[in-house]
Amino acid sequence: MTINPQLQGRSYPAADVYSVGRESIREFARAVKAAHPAHFDVAAAQELGHADLVAPPTYAIIVAQRADARLINDPESGIDFSRVVHAEQKFTHHRAIVAGDELVAELHVDTVRAMGGGAMITTRAEIFSVAGDAVATTVSAILVRGEGH
Amino acid sequence: MNFAELEVGQQIGSRTLEISRADLVKYAGASGDFNPIHWNERFARGVELPGVIAHGMFTMGAAVQLVTDWAGDPAAVVSYGTRFTKPVPVADLDGEPGAVVEVSGTIGALDANAGTARIDLAVTLDGQKVLVKAQATVRVA
Repeated sequence: MTINPQLQGRSYPAADVYSVGRESIREFARAVKAAHPAHFDVAAAQELGHADLVAPPTYAIIVAQRADARLINDPESGIDFSRVVHAEQKFTHHRAIVAGDELVAELHVDTVRAMGGGAMITTRAEIFSVAGDAVATTVSAILVRGEGH
Repeated sequence: MNFAELEVGQQIGSRTLEISRADLVKYAGASGDFNPIHWNERFARGVELPGVIAHGMFTMGAAVQLVTDWAGDPAAVVSYGTRFTKPVPVADLDGEPGAVVEVSGTIGALDANAGTARIDLAVTLDGQKVLVKAQATVRVA
């Protein structure tokens, strides 16, 4: 299976809304072994000036990977998910993600580069609240390994 | 924390991450990343991996807790990035962790105008780096 080189420059508009709930923040925080009280205790988060529980710094990956899935599951992409390895990840937070947020992501395929029978694909998710304020920008590089690699 | 008291090269601390298969299942559930290479040994070997490996995002997410705790507010981490250079195989063991990852952080740069500190994380498995250029920018002032 080969990666479609014409994916570069493609974008997928914002679609499903992701509702950030308190239990989702707590569950994610426990999963990354985070112990900061602002992830678990509303009063502790409010003491720091936040409206509600604050998400850990990598929480936006949930929204970003849902956006990435639209590319990976696109039959035109030629990507075999079982051969995908995460190569690089960056988060830029424009504001904190807190419980109660309603988020959407716009996905951009910035680069597609053939590599050893597979390809390195860089995607960028622009995450906004449904009200339209910029929340986070995430950039992911995924390596789709060719057969035998 | 007082920005004026920070210096490039200062250590912010270190932490040992003990990782088990259960941790990977928990991370899969919490993140929605159910790629079988992170929980199915047969599948992982079938795609030429050494066995079940940790999600890169698990390691990245767990490593940054050192920074969050140092900063005192998770929202102070304004950016965070890394490259994943080596997989973290997690063995299926009873009563002991399947992998032990060491994390330590150092102040790599200070930006007085922005009031930010760049924390460089060293994240290693058996002395070898698993994350490279793992850097978090933290708002201090």
